[in-house]
Amino acid sequence: MDFLRPAGWSEALEAKANHPDATPIAGGTDVMVELNFDHRRPETLLDLTRIEQLREWSRTERNGVPTVRIGAAVPYARLIEELGTTLPGLAMAARTVGSPQIRNRGTLGGNLASASPAGDGHPPLLASNAEIELESVRGSRTLPLADFFTGVKRTDMAPDELIAAVHVPEGTGPQQFSKIGTRNAMVIAVCTFAVALHPRRRGVGTGLGSAAPTPRSATEAEEFLAGALAEDGQWDDPRPLPASVTERFGELVARAAAPIDDVRGTAGYRTHALHVLARRTLSWAWDEYRSGTELSGRQRCA
Amino acid sequence: MDSEITLWVDGRRETLSVDTRTTLLDALRERLGVTSPKKGCDHGQCGACTVLLDGRRATSCLTFAVANDESEVVTAEGLAEGDEPHPVQRALLENDGFQCGYCTPGQVCSAVGMLDEVKSGWPSYVTEDLDESVELDEDEIRERMSGNLCRCGAYANIVTAIREAAE
Ligand SMILES: Cc1cc2nc3c(=O)[nH]c(=O)nc-3n(C[C@H](O)[C@H](O)[C@H](O)COP(=O)(O)OP(=O)(O)OC[C@H]3O[C@@H](n4cnc5c(N)ncnc54)[C@H](O)[C@@H]3O)c2cc1C
Ligand code: FES
Ligand code: FES
Repeated sequence: MDFLRPAGWSEALEAKANHPDATPIAGGTDVMVELNFDHRRPETLLDLTRIEQLREWSRTERNGVPTVRIGAAVPYARLIEELGTTLPGLAMAARTVGSPQIRNRGTLGGNLASASPAGDGHPPLLASNAEIELESVRGSRTLPLADFFTGVKRTDMAPDELIAAVHVPEGTGPQQFSKIGTRNAMVIAVCTFAVALHPRRRGVGTGLGSAAPTPRSATEAEEFLAGALAEDGQWDDPRPLPASVTERFGELVARAAAPIDDVRGTAGYRTHALHVLARRTLSWAWDEYRSGTELSGRQRCA
Repeated sequence: MDSEITLWVDGRRETLSVDTRTTLLDALRERLGVTSPKKGCDHGQCGACTVLLDGRRATSCLTFAVANDESEVVTAEGLAEGDEPHPVQRALLENDGFQCGYCTPGQVCSAVGMLDEVKSGWPSYVTEDLDESVELDEDEIRERMSGNLCRCGAYANIVTAIREAAE
């Protein structure tokens, strides 16, 4: 097995172009498990850990919106420590990934490239309308995250491409993330849900995990809630949400799912759980909005 | 394919030639005879192989030796100062924080790394107030040590020991 260790980004892109079947490795927390169990025998590994630029994040602006550009190899521990108030939903999800040892090494880029329906990074990124930046020697392109996932563990990445970064609009309102599944290093989520309120553009974002072959948003639920809030003048003068609104929101979120039966739970249980998670996270986020907290960073158990 | 690498292990400089497929854990145990990191699962789940890698706790089964050329590795063995155990080791001894001891070297490295994370102000899943400094109560210790399993179930005393060592 060849082990390539490029020192810089352009060298890494060259290497990927010359060895399109090389397996990139960042934190190694997905790749190493497959290799140690002989599920995969790549001829060539492309180690990305020496590339400084992939481990950096910065504040930028995209289409006039303050945005954080997160290098693909920034580990979860740093998202939690450094971006907890700027991207609260993502930081909350990061705090639930694996174990502390996994969070010290595992990266967002690795989570995205693995494209597991259960990846915890995906729902909060979808709820924030994140975009993913892919690059190859041919050039760079940026696409909405929703278009990146094409199937179970499948993505739109070409064989010569690498993930350079993720662009996440900064939060302007409360964000919540909730996960069902006992929490420790052994557990993959039964289902997850993320919600983000975007008061500045009067929008709502959602993300569902372990609920379909690919992570997805509940677009109908987003549109329904944004419409109901606008109609009742709730953004400017927030009052408690009528039960009919939270109930309908939960229903539409559950309807967006296409879950399967597996060892972790039945499809019926997942649909029910999503309904509950959606109502619950919405009420936490709405309470926060009403109490005037601009940004949330608190974690609550489901 | 073999590659020559240098590792700093418990303060010693070690140069060795390893197959690219060798994990850091196997290099330590089988090539360098450093057997305090244990192999429980080879899967990242049990934490028995935890070492301090460039100062941070990491599972040594989930990284290749070749990817760690010139890195500093500290194992439970290297934490003692001569015959004087590290405060975390002493606290585990005094509080019966183990039975068979298989998970203990990993617990020790994880606890030392964890105390350092707390000192740097890293919040955990159960940290309530992100702006205040962390109060290391039982919930915090259990959450922050959740990457280390103990088949003998010595958790209660491990928590007590870590709490004592933190003081
Ligand atoms: C014990 C344990 C518990 C876990 N718990 C969770 C959990 O709770 N939630 C969760 O979501 N995940 C969990 N995981 C899975 C894993 O930790 C995450 O998916 C993590 O984000 C992977 O990141 P990595 O950097 O370690 O990826 P790697 O293993 O390095 O790579 C993963 C995949 O991404 C590719 N890749 C990496 N970087 C790039 C790049 N820049 N460009 C293109 N391709 C790239 C690799 O080729 C590989 O296919 C767990 C894993 C373990 C071992
Ligand atoms: S042997 Fe590495 S975590 Fe179990
Ligand atoms: S003391 Fe036996 S496994 Fe922990």
